Amino acid sequence: MPFNIYDFSGTTKAIDQFLYAKMPPTWAFITELAIVGLIILLFYAVIGLYLVYLERKVCAFMQNRVGPNRVGKWGLFQTIADLIKLLMKELITIRKADKLLFNIAPFIVIIASFMAIAAIPFAKGLHAVDFNIGVFYMMAVSSIGVIGILLAGWSSNSKYSLIGAMRSGAQVVSYELSVGLALLSVVIFSGSMQLSTIIESQANGWWIFKGHIPAIISFVIFLIASTAEINRGPFDLAEAESELTAGFHTEYSGIRFAFFFLGEYMNMFIVASLAATVFLGGWMPLHIGNLQGFNHVMDFIPPIFWYFGKTIFIMYLIMWFKWTFPRLRIDQLLTLEWKYLLPINLVNILIISFIVLMGWYIK
Amino acid sequence: MNSVGKYFSDIFYGLKSLWKGLMVTGYYFVHPKQIVTQQYPENRKELKMFDRFKGELILAHDENNFHHCNGCGICQLNCPNGSIEIIADSVPNEDGKAERIIDKHIYHLSMCTFCALCVKSCPSNALAFSQEFEHAVFDRNKLTKVLNQPGSRIKKEPKEPKAPKPPTDTVPKSNPAN
Amino acid sequence: MQEVELQDILTAREDGDYIINIGPQHPSTHGVLRFVVSLKGEMLEYVIPHCGYIHRGIEKMCERLTYPQIIHLTDRMDYLSAHMNNEAVSLLVEKATGVEVPERVKYIRTILSELQRIQSHQLWWAAFGMDMGGLTCFFYGLRDREKILDIFEESFGSRLLHSYICPGGVMNDIHPNFQKRTKEFIKYFRKKLPEYDELLTGNIIFEMRTKGMGVLSKGEAISYGLTGPPGRASNFACDIRKLYPYSAYDKVEFKEILYTEGDTWARYKVRMAEMWESMKIIEQLIDNIPEGDFTIKMKPVIRLPEGEYSQRVETARGELGVYVVSKGEKTPYRMHFRTPNFSNLFVMNRLAAGNKIADLIAISGSLDLVIPDIDR
Repeated sequence: MPFNIYDFSGTTKAIDQFLYAKMPPTWAFITELAIVGLIILLFYAVIGLYLVYLERKVCAFMQNRVGPNRVGKWGLFQTIADLIKLLMKELITIRKADKLLFNIAPFIVIIASFMAIAAIPFAKGLHAVDFNIGVFYMMAVSSIGVIGILLAGWSSNSKYSLIGAMRSGAQVVSYELSVGLALLSVVIFSGSMQLSTIIESQANGWWIFKGHIPAIISFVIFLIASTAEINRGPFDLAEAESELTAGFHTEYSGIRFAFFFLGEYMNMFIVASLAATVFLGGWMPLHIGNLQGFNHVMDFIPPIFWYFGKTIFIMYLIMWFKWTFPRLRIDQLLTLEWKYLLPINLVNILIISFIVLMGWYIK
Repeated sequence: MNSVGKYFSDIFYGLKSLWKGLMVTGYYFVHPKQIVTQQYPENRKELKMFDRFKGELILAHDENNFHHCNGCGICQLNCPNGSIEIIADSVPNEDGKAERIIDKHIYHLSMCTFCALCVKSCPSNALAFSQEFEHAVFDRNKLTKVLNQPGSRIKKEPKEPKAPKPPTDTVPKSNPAN
Repeated sequence: MQEVELQDILTAREDGDYIINIGPQHPSTHGVLRFVVSLKGEMLEYVIPHCGYIHRGIEKMCERLTYPQIIHLTDRMDYLSAHMNNEAVSLLVEKATGVEVPERVKYIRTILSELQRIQSHQLWWAAFGMDMGGLTCFFYGLRDREKILDIFEESFGSRLLHSYICPGGVMNDIHPNFQKRTKEFIKYFRKKLPEYDELLTGNIIFEMRTKGMGVLSKGEAISYGLTGPPGRASNFACDIRKLYPYSAYDKVEFKEILYTEGDTWARYKVRMAEMWESMKIIEQLIDNIPEGDFTIKMKPVIRLPEGEYSQRVETARGELGVYVVSKGEKTPYRMHFRTPNFSNLFVMNRLAAGNKIADLIAISGSLDLVIPDIDR
């Protein structure tokens, strides 16, 4: 089996041919689905757990603490221990709660983020599906999660939860616009919604550099709006632990709570990888114009490291925001979106279209 | 035009103020030397409480199992919440007179508020605070302590200078103000 | 202010009001305080504070304790102003018995009160930042507060409830390291306090959330009996240290911080400025502590002559008044504490009604409530 860390398409193709040679096509297809599903599931669990660990460490260092350091070396197994604890906790169901919706809600959140992961290109040839409308798909799928949050708030039969859910609804619906428009700017640049094409178009430089200032503005707007969309601080009004105790998941316990928790972190990962893919070139190494020597050195680092490096950098930025800023109030949150982000975004898109029409961006 | 200018200056002012805050947390993120956390169970050996730390009440005993308490009960009177009980006994001394000595000096740690009135009011400077702070037990009865050790006796050499006591500054040098 | 009785709430509930209990167990009531809140969407219609969840009957308990014993109960009212509370009772007993304490004692008491004030404001800043959602503030505030607590622990053997100031002086002399460590702390904190401003004060989100929120005029502040930083934020000059100087406050120079806005932002700024002023006071005194006794000999049993006595001090949260009726016994006949938080609490409805839930948290944080002080 050919294995090349710089290009996974050979490996995947070899597996594909092997399966089709051994089985009838239908079974081969189903086996492939199962394998991909399993791998993504495993990846999801591991990434989710270690994102929690990463966040706890990052915030600890920002706050003059050491963070988890008891379970395993540097506390590396802390989140696994937490998971075991959460698995063994009692699942409390509220009297007079809407049982069906109450039980379904965490799964909707999980499924939304799970579906979004499928379209992420991790390295060359390493993605589950490569839609020709990849960006659109990611946005559409990741916003299903809010239904889970709304259901959780509604079905809990708790006033705190309901307020949290309503806040979340208002927030996600408005910030979806800015996320979409910010992504649209790169779609205009690259002329495609397919994630692999967008990455290929950044071989000679990332869009954040090639697109001049408008691209930087849309990157910043994307960061702000997506932080709001995934309900993280300073936009964590849906949880708002100092106001609503825990917001929409006040009444959840045990592994159901863990699903919400995991969903939040996975959404952060998805948003970060989308930003990395669209603005920072995904797995594409850093290339500067015609500096051949420099570009060759950069090529030497495998794409998967590039991808994870960029994603972790953006996740660090999101964490940095969360652990520095105080929370906004709901009216200020909406003011920020409708009075600042959206108008700036629209003007920005106009400028970008003009730049693309005139061909002024670096090709 | 003025409002447009204000719109943009608001944005830049906001971004600048946010950046300032980010720099503070960013500074600590890259300076792990500033971490102040103490690793408690590991640093047990180096962890030394201050001399005056009010850990728990003790009746100071010297190496020959002598203490200074004559069972007068002033500490019991001064305790605001009844955490000290004195059970005194009377035994005949060499002259044949009945003399009040201490049988049990009972101290309820669970009720103590560490106001130090007992230590301050003790006329014979018998009481002191130790620096012990790990008080957790599984049985509440263990928090009721008998402070005089079994077989201990009162030290009666008025001519001699004061017997060595554990070095604690909590015991006031001056007269009890109470 | 609309008077809302419990019966009204119950009937209002049937009319479809959306009633929420914030507390008694809630992350940002900092204790067991309960706000009954009626909501219209996010907007608050009225806020009714319910207190008494940790009523321990301290005033009644005082009636069977002697005056030196009462000291340790005052610690447990406003535990963040333990020294000032002790000082209030001690000053009262000294005034009633006609005892003059040595200069050294006065200096020590003043320094301790100011250290305690800084410590209290640090914790308030930490908790206020956390109420606003900036969790990092909490750790920075507590990190610096720890330095003061270490100074306290070295000198008095305890970190929170000191029972250190007693009638006639202080329990035992200050530790030899006390002056050195205090000066070190002032030097350290002068560098760290600007960091607080960078992290929270200058932050645009914080400014938007506090400016113009919960405005109280001077007249209202007086009629509600607001004292301390919330009162001074409404331009009500109520600093007992200035009005009726006690201990060594007449020997030091400091500014009474007054703001005219009367909003959450002003209440925040008053406390931030007070930390600077407290450091100034300590710096004026720390090198000049006169030699002498740390206590004077009081009678073994202190009896207050028959009559009524009162004493007021400025704690970190406002004016603490102590009132004693004595029948000439060794225990008071009646003891009353006028605690600052109790009157500061009941302005909540006036400030928060008509604003949003998030503002309720910000406003209650800016009043800096310590619940044991309310309930006593």
